[in-house]
Amino acid sequence: MAEEAGQFIVRQTRGTVLCCKCGVLITANGPNMCEKCLRSEVDITEGLQKHVIISHCPECNSYLQPPRTWIKAELESKELLTFCVKRLKNLNKVRLVHAEFVWTEPHSKRIKVRLRIQKEILNGFIAEQAYVVEYVQQEHMCESCSRIQANPDQWVANVQLRQHVSHRRTFFYLEQLILKHDAAVHAIKIKQMDHGIDFFFANRSHAVKFVDFIGKVTPVKSRHDKKLVSHDSKSNNQNFKYTFSVEISPICREDLICLPLKVAVGLGNLGPLVICRKVTNSIALLDPLTLRHCFLDADQYWRSSFESLLTSRQLVEYIVLDVEVVSPEVNIGDSRYTLADAQVARVSDFGKNDTIFNIRTHLGHLLSPGDYALGYDLYRANINDMELERYRGLILPEAILIKKSYEEKRQKKRGKPRSWKLKSLNMEVDETRNREEEKKDVEYEEFLRDLEENPELRFNISLYRNRDYQPSIASTADGDVPSVPLEELLADLDLSEDEGGDDMTE
Amino acid sequence: MATRLQFENSCEVGVFSKLTNAYCLVAIGGSENFYSTFEDELADVIPVVKTSIGGTRIIGRLCAGNKNGLLLPHTTTDQELQHLRNSVPDQVVVQRIEERLSALGNCIACNDHVALTHPDLDKETEEMIADVLGVEVFRQTIAGNILVGSYCAFSNRGGLVHPHTSVEDLDELSTLLQVPLVAGTVNRGSEVIAAGMTVNDWTSFCGSDTTATELSVIESVFKLREAQPSAIVDEMRKSLIDSYV
Repeated sequence: MAEEAGQFIVRQTRGTVLCCKCGVLITANGPNMCEKCLRSEVDITEGLQKHVIISHCPECNSYLQPPRTWIKAELESKELLTFCVKRLKNLNKVRLVHAEFVWTEPHSKRIKVRLRIQKEILNGFIAEQAYVVEYVQQEHMCESCSRIQANPDQWVANVQLRQHVSHRRTFFYLEQLILKHDAAVHAIKIKQMDHGIDFFFANRSHAVKFVDFIGKVTPVKSRHDKKLVSHDSKSNNQNFKYTFSVEISPICREDLICLPLKVAVGLGNLGPLVICRKVTNSIALLDPLTLRHCFLDADQYWRSSFESLLTSRQLVEYIVLDVEVVSPEVNIGDSRYTLADAQVARVSDFGKNDTIFNIRTHLGHLLSPGDYALGYDLYRANINDMELERYRGLILPEAILIKKSYEEKRQKKRGKPRSWKLKSLNMEVDETRNREEEKKDVEYEEFLRDLEENPELRFNISLYRNRDYQPSIASTADGDVPSVPLEELLADLDLSEDEGGDDMTE
Repeated sequence: MATRLQFENSCEVGVFSKLTNAYCLVAIGGSENFYSTFEDELADVIPVVKTSIGGTRIIGRLCAGNKNGLLLPHTTTDQELQHLRNSVPDQVVVQRIEERLSALGNCIACNDHVALTHPDLDKETEEMIADVLGVEVFRQTIAGNILVGSYCAFSNRGGLVHPHTSVEDLDELSTLLQVPLVAGTVNRGSEVIAAGMTVNDWTSFCGSDTTATELSVIESVFKLREAQPSAIVDEMRKSLIDSYV
């Protein structure tokens, strides 16, 4: 600046002095010493750790970050370097410039890291120096590995998931949800029980997380208890076993419900005969006679828990003789309904008598004369329900149709594999109950069929492409039966050995 | 000859002593070792005076002087002034001056002919320096430091300055002083030259941390190897005789 103003400036050439120790000519610096003498005089690595002992778990290849975190890291990886540098004490007193691994034999149980540090010495003069830190790996199994080694079945928390209904459809669906969201990755054991499944966890927090997940996908009521296993009064340590009892509401999709008076009034005089349209963390109800609908969340449900009047096992097949649409199509949620008057007859009666029912149905858009439909036969049903009796003067419809039936068309496909498949949880099953196995297969088949018919159900779960499936000409011919479109399927990750072998030979 | 010594475990011997061609002042109260080292070296040539200035021992930093005179700060007591007047040779003028910057040793560096001073010294002080010490006075800085008395030491034969002094500054100073100058250090790299050593025309005393390299630089620039006190005193006598004759 002074130069620009035309001012004369004396040029300054840095003078030289002799190094005060060895007499070498150097440019003057802070300590007035040459580099070599300085290095011999001051050691900036003094007080820094050169040997560190670290704990390493040989099972899961992780390192202990005190007090109790285990960090998974490969040799010579970035994570390991960060871990190693963090383990050094007093490193905040100097400036770390560079760190790198010095190669050591993996089985030597030594890790060497070369660090380059800077530190201010003698009035503002900064010195840089490199040094090597040796880490000695001490093999020490981490808590989870040692637990697995000792007894893999040792559980701390147990989630008992129950639904008191006669079928397992809910659990088939939940299984898929759990798989999709990896909710039970931490479970050490999964056991199929009567009316439900038990999940065992090694950690209480994993169980709590799992219960939270279940609460988000189904209307549940849960409580938990703990049992003292052992305690150490000297160090005030207590070991508990936790049990979470989770009950899923017995209301399932397609159930017919007679709402209790209080609930019906609370929902604006809905029903009282309603069908359950969908179950998520709330229950979606639909009045098939008026197309009014509403949602009941878990709290509301459990305040006045009611049961179903008839469940999907009691569905009866009808044949539709005539349909007359009453109102235009209505969108409820993501499905459509049309109110219609229909003339139906039970398939079992067909050809035996002339019993025909004139009923109102919400499936007007699906049904056409000659179709088969499944519905509840209230005309013949022997209903013994307290709630129903409270409604004086309620005229029950003779039948309530629930869904269209594709049974006839499906006859042809029976026994053929599907183009898709589902994954399943690794569940322990009690071997003593063999007779239930058959029933379970039937129910599973029904569940798969449900998935095919309801895109809404498929929405939350992952279907995988079935490699064994060969599309035949016959199956492509009848496009009437609902099936899963190919684009919804996921390709399964499959690392088969023969493919790898092919690559090698090429 | 350069001598290495310590004052009570401190290597800053220039702080505790003042050496000129006509007298030597040594801090009082130190161990007898410090005093006797000076006595050994100088006793038969010039007087070695034990004193304090203003009750302190840091006499080297408080007073400035050469063979012609001795300047004392205003903190000096009458007793000390009287003691010094009695002890130094008669031809040396001892003068106490009223200067705000009382550490005269830090502000003034001089030999028998030239003095460098702190740029902020009073005009009166500057005149006093010229009168009492019989020198030409230059207001100067050394390597950007205003405490010229601390960062350089020079005799009539050579001088040592702050190691960061640039080559241009070195040339300028050496022209002013008319003696060869060199940038260097004392006490193993210390740049406070005048604190670490004290020097006259034939001998010097350095802190005991001073390395052999530094010592050799000092001996060569102050030309101490060929210097003998007798030679100089002889010369002085000759001139005195000259003037008498």
